[in-house]
Amino acid sequence: MTAVVEIEHLSKAYQRGGQVVPVLQDITLTLQIGDFVALMGPSGSGKSTLLNLIAGIDAPDSGLLRVAGVDITEFGESELAQWRAEHVGFIFQFYNLMPVLTAYENVELPLTLTHLSRRQRREHARLALDLVSLSDRADHYPSQLSGGQQQRVAIARALVTDPTLIVADEPTGDLDRVSAREILDLLESLNESLRKTIIMVTHDHLAAERAHIVRHLDKGVLTEQVDRPRPRGAGATA
Amino acid sequence: MNYVLKLIARNTLRHPLRTLLTVLGIVVAITAFGLLRTTVDAWYAGAEASSASRLVVRNKNSLTFPLPLYYGPKIRLIEGVESVSAAQWFAGIYIDKKNFFPQFAVDPHTYFALFPEFVIPPEQMKAFQLDRRGAIAGRKIVEKFGWKLGDQIPLIGTIYPGTWSFVLRGVYTGANSRTDETQFFLHWDNLNETLKKVAPDSANQVGIFLVGLKNAREAPLVAQRIDAQFRNSRAETLTETEKAFQLSFVAMTEAILLVIQAVSFLVIAIIMAVMANTMAMTARERRREYATLKALGFPVRFIAALIIGESLFIACAAGALGTWLIYPAAAYVGRRFGTIFPVFNVSDNTVIMALAATLLVGLVAAAGPALQASTVKVSEGFRAVG
Repeated sequence: MTAVVEIEHLSKAYQRGGQVVPVLQDITLTLQIGDFVALMGPSGSGKSTLLNLIAGIDAPDSGLLRVAGVDITEFGESELAQWRAEHVGFIFQFYNLMPVLTAYENVELPLTLTHLSRRQRREHARLALDLVSLSDRADHYPSQLSGGQQQRVAIARALVTDPTLIVADEPTGDLDRVSAREILDLLESLNESLRKTIIMVTHDHLAAERAHIVRHLDKGVLTEQVDRPRPRGAGATA
Repeated sequence: MNYVLKLIARNTLRHPLRTLLTVLGIVVAITAFGLLRTTVDAWYAGAEASSASRLVVRNKNSLTFPLPLYYGPKIRLIEGVESVSAAQWFAGIYIDKKNFFPQFAVDPHTYFALFPEFVIPPEQMKAFQLDRRGAIAGRKIVEKFGWKLGDQIPLIGTIYPGTWSFVLRGVYTGANSRTDETQFFLHWDNLNETLKKVAPDSANQVGIFLVGLKNAREAPLVAQRIDAQFRNSRAETLTETEKAFQLSFVAMTEAILLVIQAVSFLVIAIIMAVMANTMAMTARERRREYATLKALGFPVRFIAALIIGESLFIACAAGALGTWLIYPAAAYVGRRFGTIFPVFNVSDNTVIMALAATLLVGLVAAAGPALQASTVKVSEGFRAVG
């Protein structure tokens, strides 16, 4: 087993109205390549903050945070941006597609930060759209797609750079039951067939059931871990 | 780069009505700015068109006091003087007061040699010189009043009472676009002969002498020599360059000019505020998109380029249109001004200032939103503290 995320004694607090509000306290967590992890907890428990820290869009106050063997807390703003472009695929609750770009262009967008040629970018983007079964909607704008289809485009965008890990913040939070199931099927399939490491924040127990590992957060502290059967032997340890 | 331009272009057209109204505002502001600057330029047109090799000699006490005719030959003998001519303000009314145009009684044999910018066909000049009742008029007033050569032109005198009738013998055109084509010239002799009969005390006097110099660089020295020649005489002189003479008229209305200039810059400041508000609103609405781009790994400069690019795109497109519109607007306003501003041309300087103002509007309007969008943290952009 290879650790992809290593977190030790990590803490994070925010300043609110002159008061220091602890959001995460002494978090220790290890995730392996190919893990599909669900982070659950009530609102304000710190699960999205933890996800942001792992994804390199926020910085911890203290503790160790290593992703793919690299201590990302050492990075400056621009290095971190470059690192995110190479190693993290994002899936958001509200899809966060660029409304002025087509599905294809949205998927191709992260590739413009790479050194791929135009032709290579096109091949990668087409392949990613194929994986989410949306090739026939490549020229549609987000406003012409359903919520489920938009989220699939977002998944294709998250996949297209072949990132080390995919972070998903409430990926089914804005979808109806049928679309949510389709998205979860897709994530599950990506995890199983491509061995993509997925960290998902969710309130939804049905969504969490698809993950192999479910971690609960309460008031910034990791509480319980639930392991579920999975095709491979990877696991998380606290 | 390709994606930046694509995003800028598509973002610009995202809210067509908002973009259209913003563009419209900038177009109006830039055109208004150009017109106001052109008005200021028109004020200075006389001074700008003046020659460095000509001096104007007037009565030291006031322009309203004349100079004796016999000063002319004396000035001609002063070192550095090439030629001398005289002119007298006539101030007649053509049919109605609103038909104002400047009229001068001049020496037909020497005056136009000093003003090569007034281009007159030789046969018309000869006809004018031979006819004491003859007159030469500028192309613009000839066209405005539909005059033809040989037409009788009646003027009701205000300084010199009575109805005066002149025969149009020549039409001058300007050698360049800065030349005033609204002036009307009559024989000084004609005026003087009449004055000898009706007001002998006013005869043999001129309003100003115009002096042609051998060397333009000697202008200050020659001016001193002329004034020294007539010091302690019954009509002391004040000699100045033609430009200084013209600027002395501008100085009388300097306060109005200052207001016009202030308003022209105020127009730009207002549209800058409007544009800044539009861009701030736009950046606020796209906060989540900028956060997404940042999360995906796009650098801060990419976000800034999107905002600044969109602002510049709108400002420059509108500014170019507004600048282009200055020309027909100035042509229309120039026609409406008629002979009040005989030269109402859009200068290169005005165009450069309008385009510079456009760039400034685009950059200043984008600066705040670009800085804000660039510095905001991704997590704050999403407002996602779970």
